Amino acid sequence: MPEQRVIDADELILKTERQRKFITGAQAMAEAVKRANVDIAIAYPITPQSEVMHLVGDIWAQGYLRDYYRAEEEYGAMSAIAGAVRGGARAFSATSGPGLLRGLEAIASWPGHRIPVVLGVLTRVVNAPLSIQPDNVEISYLLNCGMVVLHAENQQDVFDFTLAGFVISEKVDVYIPVAVCTEGFFVTHAKGYVNMTPEDLKLPPRDPYKAPVPPTDCEIPPARIQRDAPVQKSNFMSYLIHAVWQQEIWSSNRRAMKYINHYLGGPIEVVNEDAEVFIVASGCAAAQGREAVRYANMEGLNVGLVKVKSIRPFPEKQIRQVLSNAKAIIVPEHNIVGWLAKEVKACIPNSDAVIGGPRVYGGMTLPVELIMEKVYDAFGIKKSKKVVV
Amino acid sequence: MGLEYVRISPGFEKYMPKDYVDLVQYGQFGKEVDVQQLGQFKELVEEHPMCAGCFMAYFIRVFYAALPKPEDTIVIGTAGCARLALSQAAVPFIYGNYGDTNAVASGLKRALNIRFPNKEKDVVVMAGDGGLIDIGFGMTMHSWFRRENFTTIMVDNEVYGNTGGQESGMSPKGVQLKMAPKGKQFEKINAVELAKTAGCVYVAKISPTNPKRIAKTVRRAVLAAREFGPTFIHAYTSCNIEYSIPTEKVLEDARKREKQDFGFYEWMTDEVKEFFEQLERAPQEVKA
Ligand SMILES: Cc1ncc(C[n+]2csc(CCOP(=O)(O)OP(=O)(O)O)c2C)c(N)n1
Ligand code: SF4
Ligand SMILES: [Mg+2]
Repeated sequence: MPEQRVIDADELILKTERQRKFITGAQAMAEAVKRANVDIAIAYPITPQSEVMHLVGDIWAQGYLRDYYRAEEEYGAMSAIAGAVRGGARAFSATSGPGLLRGLEAIASWPGHRIPVVLGVLTRVVNAPLSIQPDNVEISYLLNCGMVVLHAENQQDVFDFTLAGFVISEKVDVYIPVAVCTEGFFVTHAKGYVNMTPEDLKLPPRDPYKAPVPPTDCEIPPARIQRDAPVQKSNFMSYLIHAVWQQEIWSSNRRAMKYINHYLGGPIEVVNEDAEVFIVASGCAAAQGREAVRYANMEGLNVGLVKVKSIRPFPEKQIRQVLSNAKAIIVPEHNIVGWLAKEVKACIPNSDAVIGGPRVYGGMTLPVELIMEKVYDAFGIKKSKKVVV
Repeated sequence: MGLEYVRISPGFEKYMPKDYVDLVQYGQFGKEVDVQQLGQFKELVEEHPMCAGCFMAYFIRVFYAALPKPEDTIVIGTAGCARLALSQAAVPFIYGNYGDTNAVASGLKRALNIRFPNKEKDVVVMAGDGGLIDIGFGMTMHSWFRRENFTTIMVDNEVYGNTGGQESGMSPKGVQLKMAPKGKQFEKINAVELAKTAGCVYVAKISPTNPKRIAKTVRRAVLAAREFGPTFIHAYTSCNIEYSIPTEKVLEDARKREKQDFGFYEWMTDEVKEFFEQLERAPQEVKA
């Protein structure tokens, strides 16, 4: 293990010279953890997440982390994460599908407990019949608990979102967890080029006193700080305290946007702003959407892409603006419920323009041709043979 | 930081809440108090919304008075009656989700070890029978298997008190409770033997009839957890509401159960035994 030097977060993320490596998404996540000065990681195996937490275990064994263990199950893992973060440590965990749902009671209470942490969500099928394939319906379960939810398209995003995730989650005016989601296998087990910050530089350690709520460590006066809302006092107090506390969580969530702008170049990426027809997609579907834009342009069709990086906070304004003149909006997804299509429909005035789909689920791949069929439909093109390229 | 954080900055005494000033001046921070003097010093927990005459509330009062180092202690609780008093005490308290105590405590204790390797910070879980042995069973057991350095205290009222009197795994066989309309079908779980098997280094079972003994047990459990590994106290703390025990009969009931199935029992590893022999022989040298 090289000796690591602490460097300012902005310097590390935005200014250091990057080195290009051809690695898997799982490696990219572990490499980000390596540079994030993480104190403790807590793991529980599930495919396809396991690869990430094996690698994090390895870097702990090499000395990059201070503590690491295999928990009893995900509810225990996520509860222990809450304990460690309240004790002032910087922590990391990752899970997939059924593991995420098993840990969800704990995870969904992290925002309310003001737990700044990064959770890797490497998606896979939930519900029956069970399978390990990369369906991403589980992301929809995270959308209403208050945490920041980022969706990575590829290995590079996984590295960038994970490293910046720690910084964003610990900002005093944010101080809620960040989920870094990406499709299992398609990203976690496949290789891509990743430009990485130098291995011998790491983030400054967490300063748990730079916080809107104190850590629970018996270090700051006065002796008893009521960090937990005293909801049992009376019904009235209970309504009120819960209400204002949750308002603050959601305000924190919105305040994360300025840091998403700063560290990740904004919550969306737009390809071909003047397009007539847009593909709006997140995660792996954005990669396929990107290909569809290339196909369409080769055929002289004016198609653009809105890649959504941040699902929470959801960039309503930005999306509304880009789509204001769109004739049709195609939302390809890796799940049956179409959670992204619903989000998009809810934030634009012309929701009729949204073509929900194509959707693949059960972990199937998303052929570009499926997206192209929707593109042709949008332009009213009838083709006997739809696959052109 | 410990004591430093319960010191009032000079000049600020008159601006601090009276309760807080009293705690600092007449409380137990930095001192050892005699539990038999309860009522004569400023206690860490005073007002709480538990039922009048509840024996669990009494046990909690004695527990706080017995803490070897309250200024460096964090208590972890969960849904259940105990948290009503625990959340009112002048000791930091964490209340997460139902049954998560021993996982939260594992993470917390490890974080404190990372951040303060040379300081003693005590972590104590205090939770109900349902919280520790039913819903949180796996986490309770695994924190012991992993030999995490904190104390677990089960305040066993043999029922889900806080949700209105349902059967728990710790209810005695045959007792008719809510959700057990034909009476409980299986035996009370033997938590003490489980704790020993799972790797606790100090295990005690107690009916709270004698405050001095409660205090000694709590103290031992906390000190042994600091040095050696997980420790466990199984305390009988009756629920006078759900078991219809009139307030004036609560102590009588505790004495009855003490004779019956809650006789004081203490077990520890040889290492812990030796530690206490030395500690209790020369208390002035090895002060907690
Ligand atoms: C996940 C979850 N399930 C159920 C509950 C409801 N609940 C709250 S307290 C409690 C029972 C408490 O019983 P015990 O742990 O024995 O504590 P006691 O109130 O008897 O002291 C239950 C079932 C909850 N809060 N959370
Ligand atoms: S319900 Fe029972 S255990 Fe709970 S506070 Fe009342 S008497 Fe105590
Ligand atoms: Mg109970």
